[in-house]
Amino acid sequence: MTPLLEVRDLDFAYGDVQVLRGVSLSVNAGEIVTLVGSNGAGKSTTLRNISRLLRPRAGTMVFDGHDLTRLAPHQVVALGVVHVPEARRVFPEMTVLENLRMGSYIASARAERAKNIERGLMLFPRLKERIGQLAGTLSGGEQQMLAIARGLMARPRLLLLDEPSLGLSPLLVRTIFDTIAQINAQGTSVLLVEQNVYQSLRIAARGYVLETGRIALSGTGESLLANSEVKAAFLGA
Amino acid sequence: MAVFLQSALSGILIGGVYALTGIGLTLIFGVMRVINFAQGDLVMVGMYCTFWLFVLLGIDPFLSVVLTMPALFLLGALLQRTLINRVLDALPQNQILLTIGIGLVLSNTAMLVFTSDYRILSTSYSSSSVALGVIRLSTPLLFCFLITGVITAALYWFLVKTDTGHAIRATAQDRDAAQLMGVNVRFMGVLAFGLGSALAGAAGALVAPIYYIYPQVGGAFTLKAFVVVVLGGMGSIIGAALGGILIGMSESLAAVYIAADMKDLCVYVIFLLVLLLKPSGLLGKSRM
Repeated sequence: MTPLLEVRDLDFAYGDVQVLRGVSLSVNAGEIVTLVGSNGAGKSTTLRNISRLLRPRAGTMVFDGHDLTRLAPHQVVALGVVHVPEARRVFPEMTVLENLRMGSYIASARAERAKNIERGLMLFPRLKERIGQLAGTLSGGEQQMLAIARGLMARPRLLLLDEPSLGLSPLLVRTIFDTIAQINAQGTSVLLVEQNVYQSLRIAARGYVLETGRIALSGTGESLLANSEVKAAFLGA
Repeated sequence: MAVFLQSALSGILIGGVYALTGIGLTLIFGVMRVINFAQGDLVMVGMYCTFWLFVLLGIDPFLSVVLTMPALFLLGALLQRTLINRVLDALPQNQILLTIGIGLVLSNTAMLVFTSDYRILSTSYSSSSVALGVIRLSTPLLFCFLITGVITAALYWFLVKTDTGHAIRATAQDRDAAQLMGVNVRFMGVLAFGLGSALAGAAGALVAPIYYIYPQVGGAFTLKAFVVVVLGGMGSIIGAALGGILIGMSESLAAVYIAADMKDLCVYVIFLLVLLLKPSGLLGKSRM
């Protein structure tokens, strides 16, 4: 079976600083795949290359038969690949509702807009209370909920999630991970970048460990959780 | 008291035009972070369009807005696609050089084609006025303000209610995040520059019956638009509208109560005071 997303030998550098060296990974349809690693390993950079905010030096990225390296960021979104970026990046001077509407900006998503807003608000009831409020005035957790709900508005086939648990309370972290599993159960494939290694490996089918720009380890979520190197490096055991 | 009201109201009316040029400038800056120093020269192009439409075809200057706006939109979109687009990632001083250069080319082309003669567009109602109690308001100025109001309201509706308007605001607030929503930010740049130019064109059409028309008239409008935008807060549309009215009013009051040739001085004193007390402008932080 050909994977939904296949990244092969991705090289990326900021100027002279090589950030990614030959990163290869794949996501099969229906899977949650997680990319874990410490700060600065190149996890976010990998996602930003896939969504085309950054241009790789070398390597191929194919999504459902389409060569992503030939596309502009907005064309990647139109294919059904939605990137929820690090640090939320909600539109601060727009209301919660306007942010959600922006999530369904692409033509194919507009017809189901009302239905998807309803669905997002069901996933995160807190947003319903804040619907008319400017996104910049929300708390960090609420902004994270909004960012995820906004990312789902286009009913993506593949969701790229960057550090959804960053800066959230432990209780909210659990909620967010349960929600990701729930979104996946409804048919969206997920590529999840996380520093919270335990939680993400718990819900992921497969995982990759990124170390200073290289894939150091890969395997099923369970096998990585049991791996002694992973335990030593990330789980404090 | 009548004198005060009279000059304050006239100031507000002319301030509407300053607001219009300022809103164009702030829209362009918001979306592309480029300061368009050719804004006033686009006003000049709008004035000449209006003048010739009136002289050759007899089209009323206030009606010609519906022709000058689309024409200037196309001119602006073309400038953006062919020239501005190339310097989006360049240093700010290089962007400034380019927009100043575009302004020079526009004004010198106008001088070549139309000579540097001052022209006056006089309509049947040019010197008529409307009485409001003890106050008399110039008819062209009143029309000018009403149309400005309609255009500003339409723009505001577009930005707040439509998907494309949302995309423009989103691009201004977070360019990367907008791309991740599927917004073609390059196209938004073309659209913003087109709209900004169309607003300059509208301002040109509206002041054509009030001001002398000559190739170098743009410089004064650029400077005023810049003051209006900085005063209101870079990137804020409501700020630009407010700044425009404020500048128009202080200009007009200063001309009456201090001295006619001191009015610009007063405008810049107010400008410097605002910068000193609130460097981010009156409505500093908020963006579209």
